[in-house]
Amino acid sequence: MFELIGIPPQALLGQLFLGLINGSFYATLSLGLAVIFGLLHIINFAHGAFYMLGAFAAWFGLTHFGIGYWSALVLAPLIVGAAGIAVERLLIARISGLNVLYGLLLTFGLALVVQGLVRNFYGSSGLRYPVPADLAGGKNLGFMFLPWYRGWVLAISVVVCLTTWFVIERTRIGSTLRAAQENPGLVEAFGINVPRLVSLTYGVGVALAAFAGVLAAPIYSVQPEMGADLLIVVFAVVVIGGMGSILGSILTGLGLGLIEGLTKVFYPEASNVVIFVIMVVVLMIKPEGLFGSAQ
Amino acid sequence: MPDGTRPPRLTVDGLNAWYGPSHVLFGVSFDVAPGEVVTLLGRNGAGKTTTLRALMGMLPKRMGSILFDGVETIGLPGRRIARLGMGYVPEERGIFASLSVRENLFLPPEIAPGGASEEEIYGLFPNLRERRFSRGTQLSGGEQQMLAIGRIMRTGARFLLLDEPTEGLAPVIVEQIGRTIAALKAQGFTVILVEQNFRFAAAVADRHVVMETGRVVDTIPNDQIGASMGRLRGYLGI
Ligand SMILES: Nc1ncnc2c1ncn2[C@@H]1O[C@H](COP(=O)(O)OP(=O)(O)OP(=O)(O)O)[C@@H](O)[C@H]1O
Ligand SMILES: [Mg+2]
Repeated sequence: MFELIGIPPQALLGQLFLGLINGSFYATLSLGLAVIFGLLHIINFAHGAFYMLGAFAAWFGLTHFGIGYWSALVLAPLIVGAAGIAVERLLIARISGLNVLYGLLLTFGLALVVQGLVRNFYGSSGLRYPVPADLAGGKNLGFMFLPWYRGWVLAISVVVCLTTWFVIERTRIGSTLRAAQENPGLVEAFGINVPRLVSLTYGVGVALAAFAGVLAAPIYSVQPEMGADLLIVVFAVVVIGGMGSILGSILTGLGLGLIEGLTKVFYPEASNVVIFVIMVVVLMIKPEGLFGSAQ
Repeated sequence: MPDGTRPPRLTVDGLNAWYGPSHVLFGVSFDVAPGEVVTLLGRNGAGKTTTLRALMGMLPKRMGSILFDGVETIGLPGRRIARLGMGYVPEERGIFASLSVRENLFLPPEIAPGGASEEEIYGLFPNLRERRFSRGTQLSGGEQQMLAIGRIMRTGARFLLLDEPTEGLAPVIVEQIGRTIAALKAQGFTVILVEQNFRFAAAVADRHVVMETGRVVDTIPNDQIGASMGRLRGYLGI
């Protein structure tokens, strides 16, 4: 059937797989944005910078201290997440309750500062981070070639996303978080430390971004703008999916990655814009997003 | 009435409170003895809800003194006040839409031992058991009120603030809530009850604190309610 329209199945499946890899980054990042927005009402423009910092932390650890990939996968999110908590405490908390634009401007400024600093020290040419030896190579599945590392990225992203969903929707801490999104004052009046919950949520969202950054380091080149470029697409993903639903963010992220991959096969010229075209269409038809609830 | 032998559980003295720039409470003072059920009565907008919210630490700006079990709480954040043993059932009931009934029930952390168990709450409000996996806001108004009261009884708090628990409810449910409050009183709970339903208030309360435009204007013991009826009618406009 594919041959009929002149496209070999290997090329199609290969592109779809690449699309899913991109989609898993969209999903992880848009998930963090949605969780942060839900509780803090901040459109976190610094999300891409934290993603980039995750990748840089992994590179830095490897280059200067010989800290390997697997350790970096744990350490970088912890360190960058802690930095995120500091940012929330010292900066974002001060503008809580103000119009959402203030948070957007603050985090946007922060992202530019962080990017500028990193560029100042490391330039913007891009640093190479090797694929971990355990995951080098791949396997020819007959219908496509599967690089182990990319398979791992897809699998662990899905696991992380679903775990986040589970924690938010099915656990006690998750129900506290959802309640605080609805009515923080009342949750506080029940004896729960809402400011701490807010800091922690921001920290976890940021740590998710840093985790994605470490995952990305061996695939994309590590450079100061890597997060900013990705974040623009991720915002489009968030607009398409809607802010409302965790599962929606995951599905939209993966789905749009797939669509992007498909476009690369059938009409490569459009692959860079297809997500934005979909965004415009969704905004026209269902402005609250596919999974969002009208408010 | 405070019997003079035991110190009051709560002493409010010269309480002022603001919503942003608008000054709403002007020197509210009253006290509540252990085990007492005190109502706050007053017309719409008199400041009853605001008084409860100020007690709970939910207003950004408040001044004066609130002594709760000997602790000055005027400067404490709400979470600390709750941890001292004050439980709050808000006027709008505060049931969370994105939480199931059971999640709503378990949301407030236990702050003291001896709270009602889940089974005891379902025993008191059997409707909640049937609906425990529904979304909080799929409950009827009465069920939401039961959930809001049950939720606080689970925490072990023994000083309850109930804001118009009977508002808009059918007579059978009003009765059920009345029995619950009487049972709580029998167990030694202390309650501040905001009520518009005057007959309901008279049936459960020891004392009535009357508010008008952000001030306490009168205090009437429940046993003198008959004699004070005319006065009270004047305050409430009924
Ligand atoms: N969020 C708010 N912002 C500004 N003013 C408010 C706010 N809530 C209440 N007020 C004002 O504070 C005053 C007291 O209101 P409050 O809700 O305490 O009255 P209430 O006695 O509980 O009335 P009701 O019987 O109608 O519930 C009113 O004048 C009201 O307009
Ligand atoms: Mg009120």
